[in-house]
Amino acid sequence: MTALRVSVPRTIVGAMALPADTDPKLADYAHPERLVTTEWLAANLGTEGLVVVESDEDVLLYDTGHIPGAVKVDWHTELNDPVTRDYVDGTRFAEICGERGIGRDTTVVFYGDRNNWWATYALWVFALFGHADVRILDGGRAKWVAEGREMTTEQPTPATVEYPVVERDDVTLRAFKDDVLAHLPKVRSGDGALVDVRSPGEYSGELLHMPDYPQEGAVRGGHIPGAASVPWARAAAEDATFRSRAELEAIYLQEQGLSADDDVVAYCRIGERSSHTWFVLTHLLGFAHVRNYDGSWTEWGNAVRVPVAQGSERG
Amino acid sequence: MAELPEALAELVDDFSAVGPKDRLQLLLELSQELPGLPERYADAADSMEQVHECQSPLFLAVEVDDAERVHLFFSAPPEAPTTRGFASIMHTGLDGEPAADVLAVPDDFYIALGLGEAVSPLRLRGMAAMLSRIKKQVRAHTA
Repeated sequence: MTALRVSVPRTIVGAMALPADTDPKLADYAHPERLVTTEWLAANLGTEGLVVVESDEDVLLYDTGHIPGAVKVDWHTELNDPVTRDYVDGTRFAEICGERGIGRDTTVVFYGDRNNWWATYALWVFALFGHADVRILDGGRAKWVAEGREMTTEQPTPATVEYPVVERDDVTLRAFKDDVLAHLPKVRSGDGALVDVRSPGEYSGELLHMPDYPQEGAVRGGHIPGAASVPWARAAAEDATFRSRAELEAIYLQEQGLSADDDVVAYCRIGERSSHTWFVLTHLLGFAHVRNYDGSWTEWGNAVRVPVAQGSERG
Repeated sequence: MAELPEALAELVDDFSAVGPKDRLQLLLELSQELPGLPERYADAADSMEQVHECQSPLFLAVEVDDAERVHLFFSAPPEAPTTRGFASIMHTGLDGEPAADVLAVPDDFYIALGLGEAVSPLRLRGMAAMLSRIKKQVRAHTA
């Protein structure tokens, strides 16, 4: 096993078990080893050291058919602590991985429904625990299915492996409300940025919740002052793959004026859509300091005396 | 809790008799049993009501016949098995029941299914919304 010489955030440096996908489309991205194509995955299914994880919005979708050998990790019921609004701790995370045959050195490829929305969320939680080799299947479940590739309802029965109990790193890739408050002066001075990835109506404050998701509302509408508005799905192409590097740069760099050395905090409503943007900025565009604020609008929009901007201007 | 229509009460019993994993399996089976739309609705997704509270697109039509019995029609894509499962619970439990009995179903009956742990409370809200829209349409038809 050789460690690849690539620039990755300090917390997730480590050996990669399987060689990276050398597809030319991926080569343009800052960290091409964070993506695999459907061709690569089809060719590598069953390889020792690889575990494929499906993570969906729909809790039953995996059970209707999945990539052969893939295991399921459900964000709502498995990665969330059942009582406190937080992620599971190191002990529980070690159990979740171990019982799915994921060891600390395993290459984990995530895929899912809805442009890999929940797959990137699961990957981000794995990154909080410093799991080194995490990758996304470009195009996710939709592309695999559209290409007529094999699906099965057969449940894999992986042998349980030992996964170490690792303390979650809540500093490097994660931001809390107080961190965001402390970040605001940097946003004003131009050294830092905030990216609001929700829909335009949520950003302006017309909607107190995401279209079609009234259950996750807030008592105040609007956005965190200074935040750029970039709805997360703009980073996805029609076929659910990520847009090319040039297209992504046109959105985040040229149009929004962000740069790769900015200190960036991304947020949405509960932190899932913004983990997609976190992935895009960190791994596809090579931003060095991006944190995901998982409290997001369901915390900020309900918090007392935090600043709020309304309307379509950053404020 | 007011008395549930017999078929719905049976479903509640089935769900509460098993553990969380099997409840999910039961929901999956129900999702596969959701009947397709009859001819008259086949191309009429526009004429059906969209339930926005569901995380995936679901269309719902409600009819009340001359005998004041309720008939339910749903359409949800195969990529949305959870939504299909919720719709199937409504169909299995309420289709063909008297309008008055449908209106008497407690709005929070779904809590008794015990799906919170297996599905997550956030996802369950879609089911509450489905019932309230069914009732609204039944009221409109019987007013």
